[in-house]
Amino acid sequence: MLAPIGTYLHSFPGGLKLKHYKAMSCQQSLPVPRLPLSAEYVIPVSQHSGSEDKLIVTVGQKVLKGTAFSSSEQATGAAIHAPTSGLITAIEARPVPHQSGLKALCVIMEADGEDRWAEMNPCPDYQELTATELITQVRAAGIVGLGGAVFPTATKLAGTEKIHTLILNGAECEPYIACDEILMQQAPEKIIQGAQILCEILAIPQAIIAIEDPMENCQKSLDKAILQAGAEALIKVVKVPMLYPEGGERQLVQVLTGEEVPAGGLPLSLGLLVQNVATVAAISDAIIHGKPLLERIVTVTGNGIVAPQNMVASFGTPISELVDFCGGYTPSIARLIMGGPLMGLALNSDSLPLIKASNCILGLSSADVSSTQPEFPCINCGFCVSVCPAGLLPQTLQTMIRSENFSALEPLHLEACIECGCCDYVCPSHIPLVNYFRYGKDQLQQLAIDKQKSTLARERYELREQRLEKQQTERRARHQKRKQALAGSADKQTSIAAAVARAKAKKQQPEGSDS
Amino acid sequence: MEFSTSGAPHLPAQTRVNKIMLQVLLALIPGTLAMTWFFGIGVLLQIILAIVFALALEWAMLKLRGRPPGLALRDYSAVTTAVLFALCIPPLAPWWISLIGMIFAIAIAKHLYGGLGNNVFNPAMVGYVVVLIAFPLELTRWLPPTELATSIPSILQSLQAVFFGNLPAPLNWDAVSQATPLDVLKDGVEQNLLISEIRQSPIFGDYGGHGWEWVANFFALGGLWLLWRRVISWHVPVAILATVIFLTLPAWLYDPSVNPVPLQHIFSGALVLGAFFIATDPVTGCASRRGKLIFGLGVALITLSIRLWGGYPDGLAFAVLIMNMFAPLIDRYTIPRAYGQPK
Repeated sequence: MLAPIGTYLHSFPGGLKLKHYKAMSCQQSLPVPRLPLSAEYVIPVSQHSGSEDKLIVTVGQKVLKGTAFSSSEQATGAAIHAPTSGLITAIEARPVPHQSGLKALCVIMEADGEDRWAEMNPCPDYQELTATELITQVRAAGIVGLGGAVFPTATKLAGTEKIHTLILNGAECEPYIACDEILMQQAPEKIIQGAQILCEILAIPQAIIAIEDPMENCQKSLDKAILQAGAEALIKVVKVPMLYPEGGERQLVQVLTGEEVPAGGLPLSLGLLVQNVATVAAISDAIIHGKPLLERIVTVTGNGIVAPQNMVASFGTPISELVDFCGGYTPSIARLIMGGPLMGLALNSDSLPLIKASNCILGLSSADVSSTQPEFPCINCGFCVSVCPAGLLPQTLQTMIRSENFSALEPLHLEACIECGCCDYVCPSHIPLVNYFRYGKDQLQQLAIDKQKSTLARERYELREQRLEKQQTERRARHQKRKQALAGSADKQTSIAAAVARAKAKKQQPEGSDS
Repeated sequence: MEFSTSGAPHLPAQTRVNKIMLQVLLALIPGTLAMTWFFGIGVLLQIILAIVFALALEWAMLKLRGRPPGLALRDYSAVTTAVLFALCIPPLAPWWISLIGMIFAIAIAKHLYGGLGNNVFNPAMVGYVVVLIAFPLELTRWLPPTELATSIPSILQSLQAVFFGNLPAPLNWDAVSQATPLDVLKDGVEQNLLISEIRQSPIFGDYGGHGWEWVANFFALGGLWLLWRRVISWHVPVAILATVIFLTLPAWLYDPSVNPVPLQHIFSGALVLGAFFIATDPVTGCASRRGKLIFGLGVALITLSIRLWGGYPDGLAFAVLIMNMFAPLIDRYTIPRAYGQPK
């Protein structure tokens, strides 16, 4: 019996009704432009949340567009590829867009301007593929969750659970970001095809595309594409109310099914496979055309950008080129953000490369960003509690983290925090709550590592003690045995005297020979 | 191009502590005006006096604690404490009542515990309970509603009463002051009078005390506005009012001749003001929604117990302080279930 998902909508606790600025970047005609070739590309080796892959290219190597830079043998890996044809000039640590602000290993490539494709392996008859082959191809194509979390898609597909519904996440809920909305209007057939591939090969009986209430145009284009593909029985478009963070995987699951993803688990444990619409379109490209994931639609927007728009851009392109394509910055530019205004990462420079997680480049003007007003103490007003979609007590968590009382965090379930920023937004004391939570999570992780280390050290110590004790008893036993053997010999004195004599003789002999 | 960075989220926060406090103060205006209408200019006099003392003490304490006073003086929290305290004391109470009340509220209950956000007890109620216990005579000199009063003190006479503690002839305290409806009710019940006999007194109105019920109506109006603005959540006021009704309704239905109607309980004394403005103080209350419900239930239970069996006619201030003590314990046992945890 199938769950009638999408016929009745549920809700998640908390959330924010935010003013949307999607229209800012959506004034253009479709299809959206493609960014011209760049002279140099900087491609970080690890662009996903998972294990790092092994590089299989060397400096000085000439590569064609789509050539894999890394092998993706590991279960949670995702390969990277050449965004165009050209020469690998260096493999070194470069600054990348990351929370840590640290440098990371990158492949630096000079474009030859020809943009020549490597030989691809298209597979239009995808029905012939087995699940294992599909997963291998998806991993080789370097596909990761394009909603921003960059979780390796192959890992999600490789689950052994029986999936009853494929949920395609088109509920882009951060203000400003519009890349998924554009994709759903520009290439709905790719999304539908990707959904068909997944459903066919993984034997999923139904799929749902979740979009937000105001996305009327998307509904039309998707419905049309579903009709053209003859997939009415398989795929259904469901509108969900516009409420941040609706597009969060866990919140979307809750809205559509009324169920919660168990702590520490994936939606797979509920028989659900959730994929971002752009990810599914990338799967379609990878399987049907054999194209690896080299580019994505990026929203470049905000009051700090002269002509906000969406565009297709290759990974590794300097972000400054995307901004230049939009006419550059307005004089009021104050902050450059990769992602949305609530969960995005503030970049310290626009020379950083575009990566798979870059769904949006947002230039906020000085009026848009919070002025640095001094923080008030927490007054326990509970606004944060009322907006928290994870059902937490942010104010209590904050107090515990501030007082370094990490053991108190366990019953408060800090790990359930999705860092959506709702609490920060409503806090009248302007406490940077999410920053505290990130710090708290890091500390908990560190404590866990320390605990593991100390357990290991203790185990080692105990084993060593045991070993030493064993050696001791063995030695003692041996000693005893020898003693007994000596005592047992008939002529002990004689043998001792003989040994002494032997030793003396030995001592004198070399001296004599020397002199 | 280089940019400055900050942690997400990047949007400016929606509101600020001083705006919250300001809204609480605005919401108190209708009730305060109603109270001034019924009980004279002394009400406003007490408010001004308490605010002056509160701000002076706030400034002094911040200086002593080595904190910059500018920001804290502008957060309106001391003003809110002062107004709530002033609304609880008789309009013609002498000035030093206000001073002592504010010393205990601001200097001791608030700053000695670490200032805004760190106090365990509701500062206004600490101040009020201290003066209530220490100066019972001054604290029982309530005025009757002006319509019932035989002589109404003028502004000058009120000033004299407040600043010099005496009333100019021919006024005297016995003529000017009168027992509150809750006093009358308590005395009557103790004398084994029937409710219908007690309510013969002109001091009672339609369902509460004469005048008092209108003051309560206007405080409720302000409270509802705060609810609508989402400055306070519904949990504490609803828990308090519902508990009072649920506990007094059966008694009234069983024998209305000796048990007052539930509305009488709600619209007398400080219950409405307390339910919307005092027990909702976030700092000294509970964190979770369930915790807030339990907190409100406790406040109502203790208030009713004191009204019925205690030595004081009203008990809201004691109830709030006692529940303040329980708040951390309640918090400990009412942690909400986080997303994804087993139900």
